[in-house]
Amino acid sequence: MQPGELIFRERAAFTGTPLGEADLERAWDCLAEVMDPEVPVVSVVDLGMIRAVAWQEGHLHVQVSPTYSGCPATEVIERDVRDALEHFGFHSPRIERVLAPAWTTDWITDQGREALKAYGIAPPPKGQARETLRDPGPAACPHCGSARTEQLSEFGSTACKALYRCRDCLEPFDYFKCL
Amino acid sequence: MTKAFSDTRNALAEYLLRLADTDMVLAQRLCEWCGNAPALEEEVAMMNVGLDLLGQARNWYDYAAELLDDGRDADHLAFRRNEREYRNLLIAEQPRGDYAVTTAKQFLFDIWHHQVLSRLTESSDERIAAVAAKALKEATYHRRRSTEWMLRLGQGTEESYRRLTDAVQNLWRFTYELTDTDALEDQLAEAGIGAGNVGDAWRTEVARVFSEAGLEQPEPARHFYMDGKNGKHTEHLGFLLAEMQYLQRAYPDATW
Repeated sequence: MQPGELIFRERAAFTGTPLGEADLERAWDCLAEVMDPEVPVVSVVDLGMIRAVAWQEGHLHVQVSPTYSGCPATEVIERDVRDALEHFGFHSPRIERVLAPAWTTDWITDQGREALKAYGIAPPPKGQARETLRDPGPAACPHCGSARTEQLSEFGSTACKALYRCRDCLEPFDYFKCL
Repeated sequence: MTKAFSDTRNALAEYLLRLADTDMVLAQRLCEWCGNAPALEEEVAMMNVGLDLLGQARNWYDYAAELLDDGRDADHLAFRRNEREYRNLLIAEQPRGDYAVTTAKQFLFDIWHHQVLSRLTESSDERIAAVAAKALKEATYHRRRSTEWMLRLGQGTEESYRRLTDAVQNLWRFTYELTDTDALEDQLAEAGIGAGNVGDAWRTEVARVFSEAGLEQPEPARHFYMDGKNGKHTEHLGFLLAEMQYLQRAYPDATW
């Protein structure tokens, strides 16, 4: 799969009147298939970026919270969200960018954390995003599980990651920073 | 001297431009290291910090554009204003120099930035508080990183110490702006919107790190005759904007 590519499972397109709770469930299901373009194994829902989905004046209204102020994927994600919803028959969805409350890695779901780990990215420790002055760092190497790791660089290939190395298996790996 | 703004809307737009322009100009300076940094990790770090600042600048510009409501959007504000219209702090526009200069500049700015953003999270203006709360998380990383580099260069070799000392000495006069406020800033602080003067907190934190890094404590910077917040810049800004704005100037309204 290429970054940013939308892969849809077989699913009947939405056809009914856009009002019901059941349709909101469908919208969530649909959003759960929109992957982060830079980490294409974790959905925007699992990253905690979708803050709300609701009906408003006959349109689906979706609130999206960017991860970092300067994340270059912000526009791509909003476009992907719109494309995915339209693909499933939600016409002219309204995408709103919300900054408050500020996105935190605590919103990443357990499923999202597992997906990150399986992809080779150490997930951030849960519930520790309050004090970012001292990032606790990765709990374990995502390759071998060793807790003996060292930081190579506080910043990695994207704003949300830092670069670490395992001192046992010696593999370098990305760490999703605690924010 | 600044005139006090009769209406809060214009005063606020002006204040937001100061925040946005400072972020924008510093981001541009940091990105000049792309392909030139002393180590790959440092290059990646500086590009990341620059990107954070660029994103924050856009958030401030977006809000400023809404308040100005004169048809200019964030891109227009960033790419089609001249140096006399730019409201950034003078320290942001200073040339990147060697790595000691970049480190000292970033550190002096980061301490100020962190203090200002902390206060803005308490702003009575909800939009400002929201942008600031997001930016503060990023600025916390920036501050930690530049503080560690100050210690490393200060406690490093004779050469790194000499270069860092020179850098601090040359940049110090520009810190006057970080510890001073003008009528506009006082007006917004009194209204519960702006950050006000963070000078005391800034001096305390800078002194703490200087002492740990083994650097001499300079006297507080005196009033400096230039005034970036009101458009009176050093000669460096014009060159920076000429490069940064080239595309939009040559091909107005160009899009991807």
